[in-house]
Amino acid sequence: MAERSFAREVEKLRIGAGEFFHGEGILAVTKALLQSGVSYVGGYQGAPISHLMDVLADAEDIMAELGVHFEASASEAAAAAMLAASVNYPLRGAVAWKSVVGTNVASDALSNVASGGVTGGALIIVGEDYGEGSSIMQERTHAFAMKSQIWLLDPRPNLASIVNAVETGFELSEASNTPVMLQLRIRACHVYGRFVAHDNVRPAYGLADAMQKPVRDTNRIVLPPANFLHEHEKIDRRWPAAIDFIKARKLNEFLGGHMGDSGIIVQGGLYNTLIRALETLGLADSFGETDVPIYVLNVTYPLISDEIVGFCADKRAVLLIEEGQPEFIEHEMNAVLRRANIDARIVGKSLLSRAGEYTGQLVKDGVLRFFREYAPSRVADSQVTIAAAPNMPTLNHVVPARPAGFCTGCPERPIFTAMKLAEMDVGPYHVSCDIGCHLFSILPPFNIGNTTMGYGLGMAGASAFQARGSQRTVAVMGDGGFWHNGLTSGVGNAVFNGNDGVLVLVDNGYSAATGGQDILSSRGTNSRRNTHHPMAAAMRGVGVDWIRTVRSYDVSALRRELAAAMTTKAKGPKVIIAESECMLNKQRREAPLTRNRIASGARVVKERFGVDADTCTGDHSCIRLSGCPTLTIRDNPDPLREDPVAHVLDDCVGCGHCGETAHAAILCPSFYRADLIFNPTVWDRLRASVRRTVIGFLQRRSDARRARFAF
Amino acid sequence: MVENRSINIAILAIGGQGGGVVAEWIVQLAERAGYLAQYTSVPGVAQRTGATIYYIELFPEALAKARGKEPVLALMPVPGDVDIVIASELMEAGRAMQRGLVTPDRTTLIASTHRIYAISERSAMGDGRSNGSEVFAAGEARARRLVWLDMEAAARQGGSVISAAMFGALAGSGALPFPRALFEEVIRVGGRAVEANLSTFAIAHDDAVGAVQPPESAQPSPKRRVGAAVAPLLARIETLPFIAQDMAREGLRRTVDYQDIAYGRLYLDRLAAIAGVDHASGGERYRYELTTEMARYLALWMSFEDTFRVADLKTRSTRFARFRNEVKAAPDQIVGVTEFMHPRIEEVCDSLPAAVGRAILGSPLLRRGFGRLFRRGRRIRTTSLGGFLLLYTLAAGRRLRRMTLRYQRELAAIEAWLGRIVAAAPTHYALAVEIAICQKLIKGYGDTHARGAASFARLMQACDQHKARPDFAATLRSLRDAALADDSGSALDKAIADLE
Repeated sequence: MAERSFAREVEKLRIGAGEFFHGEGILAVTKALLQSGVSYVGGYQGAPISHLMDVLADAEDIMAELGVHFEASASEAAAAAMLAASVNYPLRGAVAWKSVVGTNVASDALSNVASGGVTGGALIIVGEDYGEGSSIMQERTHAFAMKSQIWLLDPRPNLASIVNAVETGFELSEASNTPVMLQLRIRACHVYGRFVAHDNVRPAYGLADAMQKPVRDTNRIVLPPANFLHEHEKIDRRWPAAIDFIKARKLNEFLGGHMGDSGIIVQGGLYNTLIRALETLGLADSFGETDVPIYVLNVTYPLISDEIVGFCADKRAVLLIEEGQPEFIEHEMNAVLRRANIDARIVGKSLLSRAGEYTGQLVKDGVLRFFREYAPSRVADSQVTIAAAPNMPTLNHVVPARPAGFCTGCPERPIFTAMKLAEMDVGPYHVSCDIGCHLFSILPPFNIGNTTMGYGLGMAGASAFQARGSQRTVAVMGDGGFWHNGLTSGVGNAVFNGNDGVLVLVDNGYSAATGGQDILSSRGTNSRRNTHHPMAAAMRGVGVDWIRTVRSYDVSALRRELAAAMTTKAKGPKVIIAESECMLNKQRREAPLTRNRIASGARVVKERFGVDADTCTGDHSCIRLSGCPTLTIRDNPDPLREDPVAHVLDDCVGCGHCGETAHAAILCPSFYRADLIFNPTVWDRLRASVRRTVIGFLQRRSDARRARFAF
Repeated sequence: MVENRSINIAILAIGGQGGGVVAEWIVQLAERAGYLAQYTSVPGVAQRTGATIYYIELFPEALAKARGKEPVLALMPVPGDVDIVIASELMEAGRAMQRGLVTPDRTTLIASTHRIYAISERSAMGDGRSNGSEVFAAGEARARRLVWLDMEAAARQGGSVISAAMFGALAGSGALPFPRALFEEVIRVGGRAVEANLSTFAIAHDDAVGAVQPPESAQPSPKRRVGAAVAPLLARIETLPFIAQDMAREGLRRTVDYQDIAYGRLYLDRLAAIAGVDHASGGERYRYELTTEMARYLALWMSFEDTFRVADLKTRSTRFARFRNEVKAAPDQIVGVTEFMHPRIEEVCDSLPAAVGRAILGSPLLRRGFGRLFRRGRRIRTTSLGGFLLLYTLAAGRRLRRMTLRYQRELAAIEAWLGRIVAAAPTHYALAVEIAICQKLIKGYGDTHARGAASFARLMQACDQHKARPDFAATLRSLRDAALADDSGSALDKAIADLE
């Protein structure tokens, strides 16, 4: 069960021609796929594409009505390989993932499908996790498009343009027998807006047609001699076909005015940012009306030489707004103009920024610099100054950073508490991290981890450290990464090579970091997916002997098992499975049930934790070892003490980790667990009344004694 | 062109606070009011407790119809181009201003005054909290209009969450050209927790209409009746420097509460001696800083947390009332409480008569034998008869405290500390004050206490070696900061190495 349900929203996917579709960018893409007569869809979750996968999963019934097969692929490579269905048959298919990381994983299959080419339209939707909020390396997907010769669409970020890009993307793919990549920036994926819908289309030629009458063309397979043929085909046939289609269908747009000897070329995805910059400079209105000539690259690969030459021929200078590096487009444009002997100067990164996200401020400053230098008359009366540093107190030393962290009650937190404590037992060790929520361990307060080499690669990242007799290394891997590839690249690899390290495998029942999607080892019932396949069984199957399973909240047991794994004489990899369900998902499932049980009069005990301000001395060791968002601080009620005391907020879910930690780390007696009884039984009441009488009597006695000395 | 441009709204929230809910409400509100709405965010990993910005642009649909075109709306806020900033927490308001999103010509800043502490503030070994007053000042300087309110309090009173308070404050601010009824309609149509949301909405709305100033907090101190036994002690406080009297009164209250009247008298004896030295050392010029600080730190040290003290505090009626209140128990609800205690062999021996405790700790065999009994943590159910009686009896052991190993050890340490202060004051007044403040390093239990005490000992050792240096007071302060910089002691190691 995913973190967010789109069950209500997907009903919008049924609307027909002429109606306004309101929704998120990702939902619009789904609608566009259905309007395009797609036959199969696959992909792998990860921000910003997780919602697309969740929408598709929730829309499975609607897709089934149209004969569309949807798959929650095991990895991006598996998703990309699905595109093989479009090689021999006129079947349209789409796959989606987070980029650049997903494209890295998929690139083997992508190279193969791009080499042989496609018959049916093949669309790869990549959610570009670049810039603010990104959690991955900052690279360009552009390079993959270039090296494999896959066309790259970067439409203007409004729903109508995005939907149009999906629809024409399929046509472009078919016209040029080439897969097409649709690049969506993170904000475009999440943008809420509207567009005018078309009817959904049931594919004329379905999956069953292909399966009943298989077609074989060995020239489509990447093996000599066809592989040599493919390279020539790409250059001689597919490329010119794409150029013709892009020109004929005017996929790139010439917007703005036609006057003057300067202009701007912009990637489609940055068009709105550019218009806002021009608007604040007084050079455009809210509808994008402007005298400045603008050439919008909705297709960023391949570039259309004729269009570039045509746009630049009468200009002295052109500003190119191209995000990311290396500046492939800038290099190519300079080459195009040089070949055509045109003197227009392409100005790009020199006025903007070599690296980093192109924010509104940065583009505005860049445009202003460009005009000041190359067309001063345009900005002669502009009042705007470049990045005016406000003459006001700086808040840099006041506003604290808020790194992402483990959620309230997260079962992964105790794992890292135990790892911290285990270091006290066995000494410091090298930690190889993976990708997933557990990577938050590298942030405060845990600060655990040395490297991360990619999804599922935590254990492989430790495989070089095999000097016998030295301190063993610890690798961390999540269940998501395990099924993505870690079972083979990490566990199998370690068994095969006789590696000696320790693996902490986080089993929370979901691919939690990407939004709580189900995986093979999920324990929840999912009517559409086959789950309940434990990781331990898989590992035994590939030859792991030393496996321990520990409830992750049991810090002491985890600490003990870690120490045992670090010191045991057993050979081969040592695996500790730390299991407990993702608390976000668990709360989503159980909180409403508990509320109903209380309402229906059943006896319910709710647990909550608290800190006694009286005994807390304000050292905050508990916070450094826990980091729970609900374990915070407040003013010390003690007039003698100055340091704030620890405090548990109301949204505590009663996971018990803070109490466990206080115990395991021998911290302090301030933590308490309160059990609140709802709808008590007669026995509960009787017992409570006896207790109240005795305890009350003794407390009154002490109160009276103290009252004599009070002032 | 101003009237033709979009209304731009940035919401700065912390992941999990419901910033997305507010954004969706605003979109529905605007669409009902005849506006086109575009909204986007960068959830990603930031939704896991990180700072998140939600960005909305609104545009009159009639204008778009008249032009026959859709407006081009931006996907991220640009400094100088934001009409409304809603911040769900004080430092998020600071973040908005830090990013330049609040400008005097345009921006209405609607911000909550409450704090959600960041991990860096929470995990500091002492007080690592940021200073909110600078954010208030920046708001005054930067916003065109300013609406401060405590959204967390509004949410608590209304029984809902911050998102409803943000929405209510937005309505109350009047920054959007939409009537209140339309806001409320959006909440009703949402259909979830409607009553609680509307109630929170109303409180925040009214707050925003009324409040444009940061609220001032004033806590009246309760007056109490004075017992006959303490009256003479209170009279002695009047002889101390006036500026130190309030703190001395708290110190006296603490030491009497901790042990008995005689212990309070001991506290005052020691403090009076310090005050004498303070006066003789020209303390008047320093506004008797030494006596004031000592009033605090002497009381804290004298009320060190041993097992008797913890048992005493855990069994008090005031404590029972407090936990019921903290966990929001209904008046007649049954609440059980379990303590997580982990007395080690060291703490147990500390609570025994000094000779016995020393004998056990001194003998490896006994230590190991008894130690086995205390290896595991104990969970004590203070609300059950057995658990309560155990702690209640232990608390009564307070009477035997003066015989215990711990008391004897602390007594010696306090005397040594007082000796250093008295010796330093006449010639190095500032150093004496710094030595006094070093007591703050000694706090907590178990390993935490041991670490603090060890740091304190190292500082005192450094003090004995280098106290003749003219600037040693400042050095000692920086050593203390180093001791509080991390739990591993590496900052202190380095600072002490630098001394040599």
